[in-house]
Amino acid sequence: MVAAGLNLLIKKRDMAKENYRKERIDRCIKARSDDIYAISSKNEILYLLFPRVIPIAALGIIALISPLYWQKVIISACIFAMLAVSWDFLSSCGMLSLGQALFFGIGSYIAGILNHYLNLPFYITIPVATISGGLLSTILLLPVVRLRGIYFAMVTLILPLMLMRGIEATRIFGGNEGITGLSPFPNIWVELIIIITAMWVTLFALRRFISSDYGLIFVSIRDNDRATMASGINIYAFKAQALFIGSCICAFCGAFMTHSYMFTGIPVFTMEFSILPIAASAIGGIGSLAGPLLGAFVLVPLSEILREFGTLRVVFYGLVLVICVVALPEGIFHYLSRKYNEMERWVKIE
Amino acid sequence: MFVYGLINSAVLALMAIGFNLTFGISGVANFAYGAIYVVSGFLTWSLINKLNMPYPVSAISTIIIIGILGALIYRFIIKRIRGLVISEVIATFGISIVILEFLRYVGFIGFKYSLPMFITGSVEIFDAYVDIQRLLIICFVILLIIALYIFTHHTKIGRAFRGIAQEEHTSLSLGINPDWIASLSMGLGSSLGAFAAIVILPLGTITVDGGYDVLINALSVCIVGGLGSTFGIIIASVIIGYAQTLTATYLAPHWTMIVSLLAILIILVFKPSGILGHQKELEERV
Repeated sequence: MVAAGLNLLIKKRDMAKENYRKERIDRCIKARSDDIYAISSKNEILYLLFPRVIPIAALGIIALISPLYWQKVIISACIFAMLAVSWDFLSSCGMLSLGQALFFGIGSYIAGILNHYLNLPFYITIPVATISGGLLSTILLLPVVRLRGIYFAMVTLILPLMLMRGIEATRIFGGNEGITGLSPFPNIWVELIIIITAMWVTLFALRRFISSDYGLIFVSIRDNDRATMASGINIYAFKAQALFIGSCICAFCGAFMTHSYMFTGIPVFTMEFSILPIAASAIGGIGSLAGPLLGAFVLVPLSEILREFGTLRVVFYGLVLVICVVALPEGIFHYLSRKYNEMERWVKIE
Repeated sequence: MFVYGLINSAVLALMAIGFNLTFGISGVANFAYGAIYVVSGFLTWSLINKLNMPYPVSAISTIIIIGILGALIYRFIIKRIRGLVISEVIATFGISIVILEFLRYVGFIGFKYSLPMFITGSVEIFDAYVDIQRLLIICFVILLIIALYIFTHHTKIGRAFRGIAQEEHTSLSLGINPDWIASLSMGLGSSLGAFAAIVILPLGTITVDGGYDVLINALSVCIVGGLGSTFGIIIASVIIGYAQTLTATYLAPHWTMIVSLLAILIILVFKPSGILGHQKELEERV
């Protein structure tokens, strides 16, 4: 009975498809509020603010009311979200990085060293680690900025593994055991406020940056680097700048996590910090900056639930990656934004 | 010293050749290559020790199974995203992670996982004792390179391989199906990876992390030699092989992996397309 009804429904839908086509058009309010006219009506302001304010408020409230364990999960979700946003930023500048762990680990080690050997407090180590980590990563990758596509990906994949081996071989900075007993944050609220603020600032600043005239150069390098060069733009200089911005974000995350876990060591170069941001971007939707953030907030709590499976979690990320890239290339964010900004309707074919 | 360097070079060449074949022909950078290498090691081990098959049979069946696996990976995953570089890299990298970390989860860790040598014993050459297995590796590499040369220049499928490597659309108009040939090349590349695993792994134990090492070695040899050029691979593996042996002797064994990175960086700075990779130099790298 139910099956018959379902069949009828499917038949109806197919018939609808035969003579009609689906048309997608922008909602009127989007067309109006895209421009400066947004300030002209309360409705339009609300339309624009709604998708931005609601997530911020929701995250704030959840962070306030959840127990300590889940607050820690939120912190790590924010860290991975920032890594993912930075990955997406680099990929929208045409640099496909498989080694976010490199930037992350460098930031983490710098903060750890400053704190351990010089006894500097966290409000000095984190900014210093952010800037110097960004600089150091940029200098390390400067010779390969000329490469693109898989060649860049290969080198970024190799570098963190090499640094790991180097630290193992030379036994500097604590060698295999790493540096422990670093100074923590005063309390969990400071931690939460710092990381959540940093995440939202990064997201909105980068979104604004990439749609400015300056940011458009980065996008044009991804779309066609030869044409960009032909327009008289030194793409290597711009790529180096993008690298600096992207790696600063990751270095900040690394430095933050060092103080949060009171530890730095070889694990900061592991594959998880490279693969999870990419998986988050693949789920959330590559190229939107907000998508990877959304993806991280889906993946990290999910992997927390799967914690009992141990390393099987990494397998799970890998599977998610392959499936998302092959079968669902659009991503959650693009889907949601389409639903929010456009209407779909059936139009008769003439 | 001379002999050990030569052996090391042969090992590197053997590791890199499968990766290079797939990349040179279908243009797919198979980041799952290290995973395939490790899987074939464990597969052979399981066939020998769990199913009690004789060694030659299990080795040959591993090569065949892995070849089919590689072709299937191409058919069902990579074919859908062919040409989108970001997606290709992410997908093959994802496959690699799935395979390697799954093996780690299942618990293939320990010293008991090692393959038997073909022939045990050692001989003395130039005041150095060398296992026969290591000498066999050199022979295999030479044989393999000759075989591949004959295959790609004098058989129909081999010529089709070179055809789609040069110009895919033209070869399509000549009746070559690029998808079919590309999946064959992926299968062949994977079989070569399996072959390398079976020949090289008896020298040590099979470890999951070895997969990442193999990938790094294959990548560095291919980048230095010029991706897609077989002759470049031989030169690059000799250079890196000797460099690694020298560092291991005069510095410390820990540093050998760092030599690969240095080689990559130096080559990328001075000649980004690799020693012999003038083909498609501008389009691919810039």
